[in-house]
Amino acid sequence: MQVTMTVNGDEYTREIEGRLLLVHFLRDVLSLTGTHWGCDTSNCGTCVVWMDGEPVKSCTVLAAMAGGREVRTVEGLANGAELDPIQEGFRQCHGLQCGFCTPGMLMTCRALLDKNPDPSEAEIREAISGQICRCTGYASIVRSVKWAASQENQAVTK
Amino acid sequence: MTAVFENNDLKPIGYGRMLRKEDPRLLRGRGKFTDDVQLPGMLHLAILRSPFAHAKIVSIDTSAAEASPGVKAVVTGETLKGLGLAWMPTLSNDVQAVLATDKVRFQGQEVAFVVAEDRYQARDALELIDVEYDVLDPVIDVRKALAPDAPLIRDDLTDKTDNHVFDWETGDEAETNRVFERADVIVKEDIVYPRVHPAPMETCGSVADFDPVEGRLKLWSTTQAPHAHRTLYAIVAGLPEHKIQVIAPDIGGGFGNKVPIYPGYVLSIVGSIVTGKPVKWMEDRSENLISTGFARDYIMRAEIAATREGRILAIRTNVLADHGAFNGTAAPVKYPAGFFGVFTGSYDIEAAHCKMTAVYTNKAPGGVAYACSFRITEAVYLVERIVDCLAHELAMDPAELRLKNFIQPEQFPYTTKTGWVYDSGDYEPTMRLAMEMAGYQELRKEQELKRARGELMGIGISFFTEAVGAGPRKNMDILGLGMADGCELRVHPTGKAVVRLSVKTQGQGHETTFAQIIAEELGIPPDDIDVVHGDTDNTPFGLGTYGSRSTPVSGAAAALVARKVRDKAQLIASAMLEVSVADLDWVKGGFQVKGDPGKSVTIQDIAMRAHGAGDLPDGMEGALEAQICYNPSNLTYPHGAYICVVDIDPGTAEVKVRRFIAVDDCGTRINPMIIEGQVHGGLTDGVGMALMEMISFDEDGNCLGASLMDYLIPTALEVPDWETGYTVTPSPHHPIGAKGVGESATVGSPPAIVNAVVDALKPFGVRHADMPLTPSRVWDAMRGRATPPI
Repeated sequence: MQVTMTVNGDEYTREIEGRLLLVHFLRDVLSLTGTHWGCDTSNCGTCVVWMDGEPVKSCTVLAAMAGGREVRTVEGLANGAELDPIQEGFRQCHGLQCGFCTPGMLMTCRALLDKNPDPSEAEIREAISGQICRCTGYASIVRSVKWAASQENQAVTK
Repeated sequence: MTAVFENNDLKPIGYGRMLRKEDPRLLRGRGKFTDDVQLPGMLHLAILRSPFAHAKIVSIDTSAAEASPGVKAVVTGETLKGLGLAWMPTLSNDVQAVLATDKVRFQGQEVAFVVAEDRYQARDALELIDVEYDVLDPVIDVRKALAPDAPLIRDDLTDKTDNHVFDWETGDEAETNRVFERADVIVKEDIVYPRVHPAPMETCGSVADFDPVEGRLKLWSTTQAPHAHRTLYAIVAGLPEHKIQVIAPDIGGGFGNKVPIYPGYVLSIVGSIVTGKPVKWMEDRSENLISTGFARDYIMRAEIAATREGRILAIRTNVLADHGAFNGTAAPVKYPAGFFGVFTGSYDIEAAHCKMTAVYTNKAPGGVAYACSFRITEAVYLVERIVDCLAHELAMDPAELRLKNFIQPEQFPYTTKTGWVYDSGDYEPTMRLAMEMAGYQELRKEQELKRARGELMGIGISFFTEAVGAGPRKNMDILGLGMADGCELRVHPTGKAVVRLSVKTQGQGHETTFAQIIAEELGIPPDDIDVVHGDTDNTPFGLGTYGSRSTPVSGAAAALVARKVRDKAQLIASAMLEVSVADLDWVKGGFQVKGDPGKSVTIQDIAMRAHGAGDLPDGMEGALEAQICYNPSNLTYPHGAYICVVDIDPGTAEVKVRRFIAVDDCGTRINPMIIEGQVHGGLTDGVGMALMEMISFDEDGNCLGASLMDYLIPTALEVPDWETGYTVTPSPHHPIGAKGVGESATVGSPPAIVNAVVDALKPFGVRHADMPLTPSRVWDAMRGRATPPI
């Protein structure tokens, strides 16, 4: 079957099998390997991307279901040389170590900040609770999101 | 919430908080992990695994699979047998089946593989392989493995008649028994450290590309030890070592899971040889959980002897170790129980003894993984749990009991009763700092008030001494490979540098910290230093990253190779400044003439002179570079004091970790930000093991923790904000005094959490309950029904 979707602003049309998962479409067909795969059961969240602005676990979405939709992946976060504030926050606050869960975490945290520009620690923990990080112990991810929020809020008040 | 660090953009020339060099690519999705490798014409490999724990293979019919769309090859153990590749050595001098030929010995064991054009087609074809099994009784209960009527698992081994793997003993049994006889108090407890799994977010996998014309193999793989793997592939497969290139690209966490050589890696090589195409193998999450290196699985009887006043006299233990179907322990060969011998902990005692029996069962092989520092997790859990049991019996405060028995600073280097030489330590200040940060006395008062109201609050302490940085080659090797590490440093003409390491980061930030070590020694800014690692063609030999060994071994190599370069630079500087070598002072980044700071040259000036026109001192070759292979003279011994505060809901028995205070002493600190990150991750592991994680089996040997729905790993909701502190006791024999910290928190935290839960359950008369302390297990403990998890 044929599927057409927009990924990070570019439109792609490809011939695919109906059973192809979105995560494999992104990684194997479009070579956008920033989105990772980690568990098959929607528990780990390394595969989180946006579909029409909502974070989804791309290991449990068929590529066909993304037809006609707008997908955004970690590759679409930075604005050229400039990192998105959430990426910069992770960098400044050591919100990543091995970097494997990071793309999914970034997409979830960006979506959180878009909806809630000044989240509390509890709200941040709740937002990332569908995802697993084996390296950071989460505290530095919470700090990273707070850092990004404060940068963005300062920019708004200026 | 701890405040975000000040001065966020520090760029130290040497030690200090520095943002990581590896982050920009990882943050943009531009990291290169093994599954990201895509080669022209690449095929995909999938493995058929045994559904049974113990069964004879009667027949395998692959014809339907071979006819399946896109399939290029289907290979069974019989094919491998013809090539002499059906079995391979494990890291403990046992053998393990690459593909089963005679019978399967654990659920998930490799039986056959398919290579196809895409990963879906390969999986489709697996369904079409018809294997007829003759199911045998499995050995699942480790306590029954040596029963006379137990089924024999390893009938492949000549003359093997039982499931015994090894007996191991350390310490002085007679002396320990004598001390026990004269003790006022003896406390005994059976303590289980259940089987757990490191479960890194990236599963294991490889991409093999064999060039039949050149006879060269290029292998990208998820390995923590690329050089050791290359040598072992050369030995196993008979390929010449110089024609094998092992590349460990970015690795999505290791925790020891990526130390062993798994059949899948070997099969991808076979697949590439058979098809003539590059072949990718990536296991799925279930495969990772059921077949790759598990951790722990020790059943320990602990006994401690003390005076009535709380002076600890001796510790003895008897351990039954479950090694699974093949002894795949990844530890130095002379240490079949890893470094479990440090079970005497941080205490100055009179005698100690341990007796261990290891057995085969019909479970996955492994045993040393999950940031355990070669079994020190088990040792620290044993001693810190039994010390708490002693405090319980003596009605003494557990902090006071520990303070009373610490090895004193003037006793270092301290030889333990099991023969380990602790390099340095100053325990009391570390303990006092943790107590002060926690507000220990106030917490005890709060607990008293809450107990009076029927609320369940617990305070748990753990004090650990680690033994890391394996190790001195006179007594430590893995399959004959000495545990030394190489390092090469080259300063380019413009004063930029490249340093090549034998170790490999899996998230620890080597590209940053090793640049900082060189920067500290040479004064070249870390941003001007490229760190190359994880590629056997481009790095010196060494044994890789596990057991917290990168900083203690490879970090020492990096400092010493920089000093070699500096020595040569000094000779060149003396010629440039026309003074004798003795008249030069090193000021970080260059040399200046003693008493005349105006006359100086920078390391960059010297680098240009070393490569440029003009004379060098007589007999000196050009260039500014050096190499080294560092053999540590001893292990390093980091220590730490951890305090955990838990609240238990009396209605649901749910444990909530309210606070966790961790004070670590890892000697000299290279990058405090990275150290803190390492500690945070390890503490989270501790919460997982203490409260959630366990790989269990039903009586037929079905693994009950085969997905992340069943094997529970902490999320952000199960862990608190961590409170960290530090003391600094440098290692006397390490060139920069650093001791390593990668596994300290994983080793040290489980007993603190369990001690806190048991402390909360004191009103119920509970003295011990085994991990994982899930609500149902805590509920049982509250009702006097605490049973071991296995």
